[in-house]
Amino acid sequence: MLQDKDRIFKNIYCQDDWRLAGARRRGIWDNTKALLEVGPDKIIDEIKASELRGRGGAGFPTGMKWSFMPKQSDGRPSYLVVNADESEPGTCKDREILRFDPHMLIEGCLVGGFAMRCVAAYIYIRGEFYQEAMHLQAAIDEAYDAGLIGKNASGSGYDFDVYLHRGAGAYICGEESALIESLEGKKGQPRLKPPFPAAVGLYGCPTTVNNVETIAVTPTILRRGASWFAGLGRPKNVGTKLFCVSGHVNKPCNVEEEMGIPLRELIDKHCGGVRGGWDNLLAVIPGGSSVPMLPKHICDDILMDFDSLRAVQSGLGTAAVIVMDKSTDLIEAITRFAHFYMHESCGQCTPCREGTGWMFRIMTRFVKGNADPSEIDMLLDISKQIEGHTICALGDAAAWPIQGLMRHFRPVVEERMRAFRGRQAAE
Amino acid sequence: MSAAANTDVVQPDSFAFTPENLEKVKKIVAKYPEGRQGSAVMPLLDLAQRQHGWLPRAAMDEIARLLDMAPIRVYEVATFYTMYNLQPVGKYLIQVCRTTPCWLRGSDNLTDYLKQRLGVGMKEVTKDGLFSIMEVECLGACCNAPMVQINDDFYEDLTPETLGKVLDELAAGRKPQTGPQNGRRASMAEGGPTTLKDIPISYDISRDLTGGK
Repeated sequence: MLQDKDRIFKNIYCQDDWRLAGARRRGIWDNTKALLEVGPDKIIDEIKASELRGRGGAGFPTGMKWSFMPKQSDGRPSYLVVNADESEPGTCKDREILRFDPHMLIEGCLVGGFAMRCVAAYIYIRGEFYQEAMHLQAAIDEAYDAGLIGKNASGSGYDFDVYLHRGAGAYICGEESALIESLEGKKGQPRLKPPFPAAVGLYGCPTTVNNVETIAVTPTILRRGASWFAGLGRPKNVGTKLFCVSGHVNKPCNVEEEMGIPLRELIDKHCGGVRGGWDNLLAVIPGGSSVPMLPKHICDDILMDFDSLRAVQSGLGTAAVIVMDKSTDLIEAITRFAHFYMHESCGQCTPCREGTGWMFRIMTRFVKGNADPSEIDMLLDISKQIEGHTICALGDAAAWPIQGLMRHFRPVVEERMRAFRGRQAAE
Repeated sequence: MSAAANTDVVQPDSFAFTPENLEKVKKIVAKYPEGRQGSAVMPLLDLAQRQHGWLPRAAMDEIARLLDMAPIRVYEVATFYTMYNLQPVGKYLIQVCRTTPCWLRGSDNLTDYLKQRLGVGMKEVTKDGLFSIMEVECLGACCNAPMVQINDDFYEDLTPETLGKVLDELAAGRKPQTGPQNGRRASMAEGGPTTLKDIPISYDISRDLTGGK
């Protein structure tokens, strides 16, 4: 188990003040100037050496992403955009950083923005996070007043602005190019790539979009050294991670743990175990709604990191662990997600706009059992027609939960259909 | 994708920001680079909604004028995002999270309770104008499921009973404490944390949970 001394997020439960005075007590903004003095390239090298992978779901190496930004401006400014549109069902980790340790994020913005030679950071926070936005704005104001950001930020001689932008309810704005569109004042509909944001992003300028947790950990990595961070976890799956455990556990909570912690240890040590005991476990969705579920026998010894979960055809995603015990109607659980994706499809690509609705309607019949077993393959076929055929990954994300259900629990679905037919015949 | 506007709604003829809000408009527009004032459309729609109670067409037209945008571009934004209320809502808009993590912990019981207590269907307003309810997708407080959002505030770790108490408070014109309704602290495990145990609790979190803006 990770020791407290190696925890990066020391205030996720708000034991201490979230404002500047409390942040300083926790070591945030401690001689930030010195972090910047090593220069942009050294900072990026250090983040590369730390093997930090993006905490927003895709797990792309952060240092490499930062290195895609231009070193010489062609006249256009560069921007850092922070994705605080936390909306992946099951996920509520960035919320705790935003409301209880906002200065970690702001300091990270300065460090990352400086490394990528950005003039400003825009933090795009989901509209529903109102209290969180108030805290973050208060912290931004404090940081300006204390000279930590703005002109000559932290005494570094570098000018850097941080702005907060509130969304207004749209899951799709968590997709980086939809987020940029939204920030420009448009509908949040993803852009075709290429060009990638590092070449043409916000206002047509070089832009990097990073998740809140990713940006918030970078000052600590620079202070404690890449080797410290890379020494936690397993190769290529390093560092610490905020896990959000929800559903049928005795004590749901957010907790920071070492990357690669066994799922069972995470649930038993931090969440009071599965409701009714480990043997009452039916399935776990290990990384938010977009990743396929795992049946209990895989959960018994799976490690919680990118590569372990990919090896079992699932994913770490946002590390949002949704636990379902044996009382759960898994078909309904996944149908709820199908409804979610139908509701959140931006409507731009036909396979997703139409397909998510088709999948939801078919799943709704499956919940009752009012279908023929051959329709399972038809549904999977529809999911394959969506997956990979859309501009952004929402289509894939809509397909995977259903594929995961059928991969592991097809007999349950078929049994439901048999029972329905049996009831019909009896009437 | 949000649904199109309800055409039965009686629209006001005009809309103007109050002088105080016009000052806020200037500050908001200044956040974005010159010539990129279109970025301010979402915050201005939010501001207009806060002023008017919901978002009428006239407000969209006024925002289009202020930002030098084609009105259709503003309508597109206003109808795309779910937080813009294109028809009147109750003084307290109760949004029940219905997505799987909340459903697993009983969000349906909250919806049933609200429908029964308030005697209204989804998106309808109670006769006294106090409450309206709707089901929404994941609000991002899954470790504190089930939960609802009422106007700007989250109420978490709910049962029909504790939700009832929140509604009682609101109906009486008081401001209930927001956040978890079962006594626990934020998303810390109930009964005390399993990590960061040596850090004393020195911060009075209720300062933030009583709606202090």
